[in-house]
Amino acid sequence: MEVLNEYGQILLILAIIFGLFMAWGVGANDVANAMGTSVGSGAITLKQAIVIAMIFEFAGAYLAGGEVTATIRKGIIDPLTLQGTPEYLVYGMLSALLAAGTWLLIASIVGWPVSTTHSIVGAIVGFAAVAISVDAVNWSKVGTIAASWVVSPVLAGTISYMLFKSVQRSILDTAEPFENAKRYVPMYMFLVGFMITMVTLIKGLKHVFKDMGFSLSYFEMSLVAGLTGLLVAVIGGIMLTRVQRDIALETDDRYANVEKVFAVLMIFTACAMAFAHGSNDVANAVGPMAAAIATIKSGAVTAKSSMPAWVLLVGGVGIVVGLVTYGYKVMATIGTKITELTPSRGFAATLGASATVVLASGIGLPISTTHTLVGAVLGVGLARGLAAINLRIVASIFTSWVITLPAGAILSIMFFYIFKAVFS
Amino acid sequence: MASPIMSLFGQSPIKPLQQHMHTVLECVYLLNPFFQAVIKEDWEAVEEAYNTIAEFEDKADDQKQDIRLHLPKSLFMPINRSDLIQLLSKQDKVCNTAKDIAGLILGRKQVIPKKIASDMAAYVKSAIAVATEAKVVIDELDELIGSGFGGREIDRINKCITKLERAENKNDKRQITLRAKLHAIEADMPPIDAMFIYKTIEAIGNLADRAQSAGEQIQVIIAR
Repeated sequence: MEVLNEYGQILLILAIIFGLFMAWGVGANDVANAMGTSVGSGAITLKQAIVIAMIFEFAGAYLAGGEVTATIRKGIIDPLTLQGTPEYLVYGMLSALLAAGTWLLIASIVGWPVSTTHSIVGAIVGFAAVAISVDAVNWSKVGTIAASWVVSPVLAGTISYMLFKSVQRSILDTAEPFENAKRYVPMYMFLVGFMITMVTLIKGLKHVFKDMGFSLSYFEMSLVAGLTGLLVAVIGGIMLTRVQRDIALETDDRYANVEKVFAVLMIFTACAMAFAHGSNDVANAVGPMAAAIATIKSGAVTAKSSMPAWVLLVGGVGIVVGLVTYGYKVMATIGTKITELTPSRGFAATLGASATVVLASGIGLPISTTHTLVGAVLGVGLARGLAAINLRIVASIFTSWVITLPAGAILSIMFFYIFKAVFS
Repeated sequence: MASPIMSLFGQSPIKPLQQHMHTVLECVYLLNPFFQAVIKEDWEAVEEAYNTIAEFEDKADDQKQDIRLHLPKSLFMPINRSDLIQLLSKQDKVCNTAKDIAGLILGRKQVIPKKIASDMAAYVKSAIAVATEAKVVIDELDELIGSGFGGREIDRINKCITKLERAENKNDKRQITLRAKLHAIEADMPPIDAMFIYKTIEAIGNLADRAQSAGEQIQVIIAR
């Protein structure tokens, strides 16, 4: 208690700095991967990707990121076990941020594919189980999260498989693929608009509406989401009218013009992906920061604490800075390296992944966007949609699970004892 | 700066495979000027044509090696890996045969009797036509993937294969006529010359067979 009174200001500043550091890591690493399929398929330019990421990452975090943030800041650790020693929660969350951020930095430099989500969850579980007590960890929740890491790539793969099969049936494998592309692509745009609005209404605006004193039934929400989807489809349809068929392109590749239609669709799925990523992964930085700040301010561990909006802003700023200072380089490399991914495939993979991530955000499960996207791409591959997928990366993902969780945990335990020694 | 998304996408072997087939066909096309020169008994031009054929054969070999090197077992493809490697080796055999034919003739400066010269030239052209039809089939491979193995694309390929088979039948018929004509004059020829021309006719027939077999390998790929 005294510790928080005495060093409150310093700890608060540290929380913001470490939170920014972690958010920077998310922006530098993760966002590039999330946007990679869109840039790589040539549907959007690097600059467009950055602008889309800035807007929709933030929108996703603000409108639909609440549940995952709640899980990270008070779902993994049982707050009741820390009631006597609130400063331990502060040390722990600071350690977790610093540990995960450091691990991300090391991994980016060395070039290992690590997940920001796995780093932060490993770090939180690590300090709680070892430095506090095994009972401090809400193991059933951790079990659910771990299971979701396996389920999410599989689910994304299944959705992407079905999306690609539907594209094949309704567009690619028809007598008039270009005309059919123009006819059916707006329906996928509708799906994007509907999905994002629905999640926003159910999860994001709930507290806003509650404050304003009105609520919507599921039917009303579906109605609003349907209308938004329709609006998105109309906007997309107008954009599609500008896509002209160029017969000369078809001498070399008969699907060249069809892919031009899908490239427009990919702008929408790229927005959905950034939104989904924002709703899930921004919490990795914001969650621990919010937990630390709330405890410092109130001087006690409270199960019910609201998150100040400026914390989210700090997270958003960190991500944008990470994206602009480092992430764009990764994105540029991805863009030049993935030449095999055409927009019709890229869209199926991106939409499958973003639907899965948004769903996980709604339930409050922190999952890895990158791994989900890998699962989605494999789904398209299983539908015989991609010429060559390198399966070695799947093995490296498993390795990163095995290494990242203990690495995050060990680092955060170390930092925890350092903070304890310095402040207590 | 390694991104799992980036390393997820392997290098597609399809374009290189098609380019290999293009080289093979360029090599086979050269049999036409080669035989023109043989018929004219212009041995300088024959040797020159042989050297160009050998050059293209070498180029195809290099391309083949390169494709094999970039086909790691960890690659997950919509096409069975061993089917693909088999297709590659079938393509390669076509230009190997072209080089063998040219070598056979250049080696002993084999003169083609005037009485069968025009039939021989037509026979070579019809063998080249089979290889051209095979290339048309191979050129559909990227569209096959582009369509995600769509039924319409498969129908299209089957039509191309029918054309390929027709070209091969034509070649067979020409072979029979040519053999009959050679048979009629063989008594007036030095026996070894006659033997060698029979052998050349057989080798040209093999070239057409191998081109057909390369094209039809696509059916094996589709069937899986």
